[in-house]
Amino acid sequence: MAGLLGKPTKRIDGRAKVTGAATYAAEFPVKNVAHGYLVTSTIAKGKITSIDTKSAEKANGVLRIFTHENAPKLAFTDPKDKDNIGMDGKPFRPLQSSEIVFNLQPIALVVAETFEQARNAASLVKVSYQAETPLTDFDKAITEAVPASEKPEKVRGNPAEAFQNAPVKIEVEYEIPIEHHNPLEMHGAIAVWENGELTLFDKTQWVNNVKGHLASVFGIDEKKVKVISPFVGGAFGAALRPNYYPMLTALAARELNRPVKLSYTRRQMFTGHGYRPHTWLKVKLSAEKNGKLTAIIHEAIANTSTYENYTEDPASVSKSLYACPNVETIYKLVKLDLPTPLYMRAPGAVTGMFALECALDELAYELKIDPLELRLINYAEKDPDNGKPFSSKELRECYKQAAAQFGWAQRNPNPRSMRDGNYLVGWGMASGTWGAYQAPSSAKVVLNADGTALIQAAASDMGPGTYTTIAMIAADTLGLPIEKVKFELGNSDFPPAPVHGGSMTTASVGMAVRNTSQTVLKKLVALADTPFKNADEKDLVFENGKISLKSDPSQNIAFTEILRRNNLQNIEETGKGAPDKIRDDYSIASHGAQFVEVKVDEDFGTVKVSRVVEMTASGRIMNPLAAHSQEIGGVVWGIGMALMEETLIDHRYGRMMNNNLAGYHVPVNADIHEIHTGFVEENDTIVNPLGVKGMGELGMVGIPAAIANAVFHATGKRIRKLPITPDKLI
Amino acid sequence: MNEFKYFRATDEADAVSQLAKVDQSKFLGGGTNLIDLIKENIEKPVALVDISRLALKEIKKTADGGVSVGATAKNSETANHQLIRENYPLLSQAILAGASAQIRNMATNGGNLLQRTRCLYFYDPAMRCNKRVPGSGCDALEGLNNYSAILGWNAQCIATHPSDMCVALAALDAVVTVKGAGGKTRSIPFADFHRLPGNTPEKDNNLNDGELVTAIEIPKSNFAKNSYYLKVRDRTSYAFALVSVAIALEMNGKKIKNARIALGGVAHKPWRALEAERMLTNNDANDANFKKAADAALKDAKALSNNGYKITLAKRAIVRALKKASEGGIA
Amino acid sequence: MCENFPTYITEEVEEPLTEDEAALLSEDDLSKLGRSRREFLGKATLAAVAAQLLLHDQAFALKFMSDAPVTNTTVSELAMNVKMIVNGVEKSILIEPNVTLLDALRERLQMFGTKKGCDHGQCGACTVIVDGKRVLSCLTLAAQTEGQSVTTIEGLAKGDELHPLQEAFITHDGFQCGYCTPGQICSAVALLDEAKRGEISFVSTNISKKPSTKLTDDEIRERMSGNICRCGAYPHIVEAIKEVQNGKAEVKK
Repeated sequence: MAGLLGKPTKRIDGRAKVTGAATYAAEFPVKNVAHGYLVTSTIAKGKITSIDTKSAEKANGVLRIFTHENAPKLAFTDPKDKDNIGMDGKPFRPLQSSEIVFNLQPIALVVAETFEQARNAASLVKVSYQAETPLTDFDKAITEAVPASEKPEKVRGNPAEAFQNAPVKIEVEYEIPIEHHNPLEMHGAIAVWENGELTLFDKTQWVNNVKGHLASVFGIDEKKVKVISPFVGGAFGAALRPNYYPMLTALAARELNRPVKLSYTRRQMFTGHGYRPHTWLKVKLSAEKNGKLTAIIHEAIANTSTYENYTEDPASVSKSLYACPNVETIYKLVKLDLPTPLYMRAPGAVTGMFALECALDELAYELKIDPLELRLINYAEKDPDNGKPFSSKELRECYKQAAAQFGWAQRNPNPRSMRDGNYLVGWGMASGTWGAYQAPSSAKVVLNADGTALIQAAASDMGPGTYTTIAMIAADTLGLPIEKVKFELGNSDFPPAPVHGGSMTTASVGMAVRNTSQTVLKKLVALADTPFKNADEKDLVFENGKISLKSDPSQNIAFTEILRRNNLQNIEETGKGAPDKIRDDYSIASHGAQFVEVKVDEDFGTVKVSRVVEMTASGRIMNPLAAHSQEIGGVVWGIGMALMEETLIDHRYGRMMNNNLAGYHVPVNADIHEIHTGFVEENDTIVNPLGVKGMGELGMVGIPAAIANAVFHATGKRIRKLPITPDKLI
Repeated sequence: MNEFKYFRATDEADAVSQLAKVDQSKFLGGGTNLIDLIKENIEKPVALVDISRLALKEIKKTADGGVSVGATAKNSETANHQLIRENYPLLSQAILAGASAQIRNMATNGGNLLQRTRCLYFYDPAMRCNKRVPGSGCDALEGLNNYSAILGWNAQCIATHPSDMCVALAALDAVVTVKGAGGKTRSIPFADFHRLPGNTPEKDNNLNDGELVTAIEIPKSNFAKNSYYLKVRDRTSYAFALVSVAIALEMNGKKIKNARIALGGVAHKPWRALEAERMLTNNDANDANFKKAADAALKDAKALSNNGYKITLAKRAIVRALKKASEGGIA
Repeated sequence: MCENFPTYITEEVEEPLTEDEAALLSEDDLSKLGRSRREFLGKATLAAVAAQLLLHDQAFALKFMSDAPVTNTTVSELAMNVKMIVNGVEKSILIEPNVTLLDALRERLQMFGTKKGCDHGQCGACTVIVDGKRVLSCLTLAAQTEGQSVTTIEGLAKGDELHPLQEAFITHDGFQCGYCTPGQICSAVALLDEAKRGEISFVSTNISKKPSTKLTDDEIRERMSGNICRCGAYPHIVEAIKEVQNGKAEVKK
């Protein structure tokens, strides 16, 4: 139905979620399922010298205990284990050797009749090690940093010279600790083998990736693997890679010839899927006295594991955001005895922007220019990195509207100039940016004789509202009420869709659904009688399940009638969507402006983010109801990153110690106050005909910097190492 | 989590005798801490004796004008009971500062007293901990001691007591009544209930084996109008204290007639600042005196590698809480 | 912008697409449905199908969930019989003492609406209402609930009619991934009762007097802080609760 897109629409899956009927991975009530429980290492580096499972095997209900000693050697037909999120290096393969490469590494899988029996037996497994001294201390390893890429970085102009000669300059260092996604649903899977075919119910952002991966692990045809994942209880990147539990679950199920269920514990979550890496950043900025930037030199050093090179290039955000003739970004890695990091909401961008946007604030004070004004002075009208025009960029309007709503004009620039009782009040701002990606996707559209439509794609919905948005796009294109459209996802038997990450699902899957729906309509028209059959498509209106003539709406025919007359049950079409070549001629990105008020209790160093105004320009907003939720969620993530999130490692043992939700703090309801989110819509058909850009990551990108800048404005203290906890402020 | 037997006690005597029957058995109250400890393999009971349904839930006036709160009454019932809200708002406030609504609905008063430290090293059986495994060493001492004690610790143990409720009870001079094997009852003044680590950090308190907490008695006092519980934490709610302060004052105009100061999050037990209390008694309620008292309270504090900030924080929290309490608290 | 960021962004799906397409197009839809009724899944397949169908066929899914049989796989001599009333229906299960209420609901009664977010009392996803009080089912032994009345997310709606809080969570988009949602809603249901009883919270400004039964935003935030929402839907959760508390829809921004 026309007019659906852009209309606030309640989630189609809302009813399932509020009644408890939405079925997440570990919740498929598979008959006769056995339960697994993992045993993890207590050293970070070395070898297992012995693993004693005798008393564990005697425990009630135990079916089998898999260790590196008895687990079958798996096929691994692809050197990268067919993990399309995989990276340079060799992937971690559980229970395939005695070697320990990180603390809390899985070293045994206990399978028993019940969860309780498996958990009990797991506590009885005794392990001896030959331990080596691990290196997990970033500060100690930083001298060993090596370039992340063999290709030399492209340098614009002569940054060193420009910096040297500039009248105003700053050189500052920032640091963020390891952070963890901590989605509320713990990763889990149920594996069922039948006649050599594997079905895996999994928590994943990409069913097809897990499918290919398992086919490689077990050396079987991909057609013999089916991965099902209709609901994902939060992921934020944590479910991008197949991880090690799907193969272990499937292995146990195959060996026992019985369905097996396995979930991580919250502690195992900390080493079971990756994390945002520890990153040190140095920013050198120089400017003319009028505020014009003359040089940006942005260096980032982040950790990876000893066995894979994870990269997210945090410094690259400095290439395109501001007009500056001399820019250099440097990116290096250090190898630590930890598991491999992984993309976590706004990977790279939020890390790099924390440094860049704080540095810009510091430069603004140096220049005595308002921080917003400084950004406007250096506004990039075209992409300075490649000279291409932006397909659309309403960042200036975001600044303007957000500043007006926030009341930025009233700001006294002096730190410690505002008070509210015991609180020092501070105002800070920052910019955000993220790409507007689109990847090739496919979809199936079935228009049924009863006037309903079924859409299928192997996509995911980890929370942004894909179920609803894609149904809206299909209904809008087909001219059906949304109630008549059902969208199914999360099944590897459906037409392939790209990974549910990078904020590109709506654009990618949406375009495939739109294109395929149009093909279905073409077929429908061809099946109709005159005057519809030979009419030009432009002269037809598809609305409310009917085709009518634009010139004479009284001339119309129902879809159902066309199918009936042709004696057809349905019209079915599988089609594709892909990014258009025209994108290559433009720089394509989404942008946002964030303004933050903090109240700092100076005695205790506690920070309350009392007010946030965030304006976002990310193309056309499909479903404003869910879009606001995404941006609010991004702000909450930014608050967590700025004020509390940090994974603590005891470097003597290389062990993550606050590996639970009491020790690793994420924001609770009482931490969150006024958040105003809004959109400056962009009419951008270059990005894709739907005009959709991504927004899930964007919402958090500028928030940590805006908070740190507001804390400086409140207290006069620059906290350059996140999180900004009481101990750092008092 | 190991396998264990489960008995539901019918009355106090049954509870005590059931416990005595099975070696390595434990009383189970609300379970908010004990079940978690069993899941972490820190506690491995052979049997649990469920005491949560015992008739020890009453919250009532005592003969001498104080209030007795039953050991199996829930934290939330206690905080919301009119006798407590009117007479000991400090206790209500402290209870409500702890955990979450759900946990307060489960946790019993007796169990709150017996909850164990949340020291990262105590909670991870892969690490050395003298409290968990006596004689194994303390990995926290030179490790991540950001949240560890600044008062009363030694090289054996630097853990802190995690309770908020107990900090208020310490300030209010509560008395714990217990029943032991053979039905023998005794009363333990709150100051003597919890222990400092000494050479036996595995012992959190002075309960004898098999003793059951039956009630907590809070003596009559005149603190209701001028008390305050202040908690500083890493997030606004549902987090353990970095430091907390319970203040109870009896005022005579601008003069302090009687003062109680207890600290949480700083030691192996709820910490009474007796010298600071003495300094305030019969003195004016003003910032200068508050600061002097705060300095005195932290005089013996010793920082570890990462928790020096707690000393500053505790002093400032004492000053702020004294100010709040002297100005009328939130009763 | 961010050109060398995510490798997966540029990942071509062309090749598998062609392969899968071929497979798909050669496969009859009806036979697919037949395949998914394989024996190993038994009723589970219905759930899998229900999970898909429930978007438009809620009644079917709910019927399946509540009618699921109790499975008794416990074998040890420690097992005991526990009777409890779950959403108004008496359930009797043979379980060992170390089974939590959460795992009993999920793995024995096949009621997966109650979620396991941490299993250690640190997130609130497992919140249920026992004898009128919200509690954490992950730290409650099933044996402790003998004879007690347990209300879970599956028990809040009356037939097709949602509980006002369920409705308000949908209207205000009080969730994203939905995993914390059952716990949030159970918690909110109990919260409104607590407010009616005049119970106080840590942010209540007067402890000795009865507070207003209409909770302020700060009161709701504090009282809901035992339920973590990692998607960050807190402002919308507060709006949903306010709407039900005030008995009317607030004007949205």
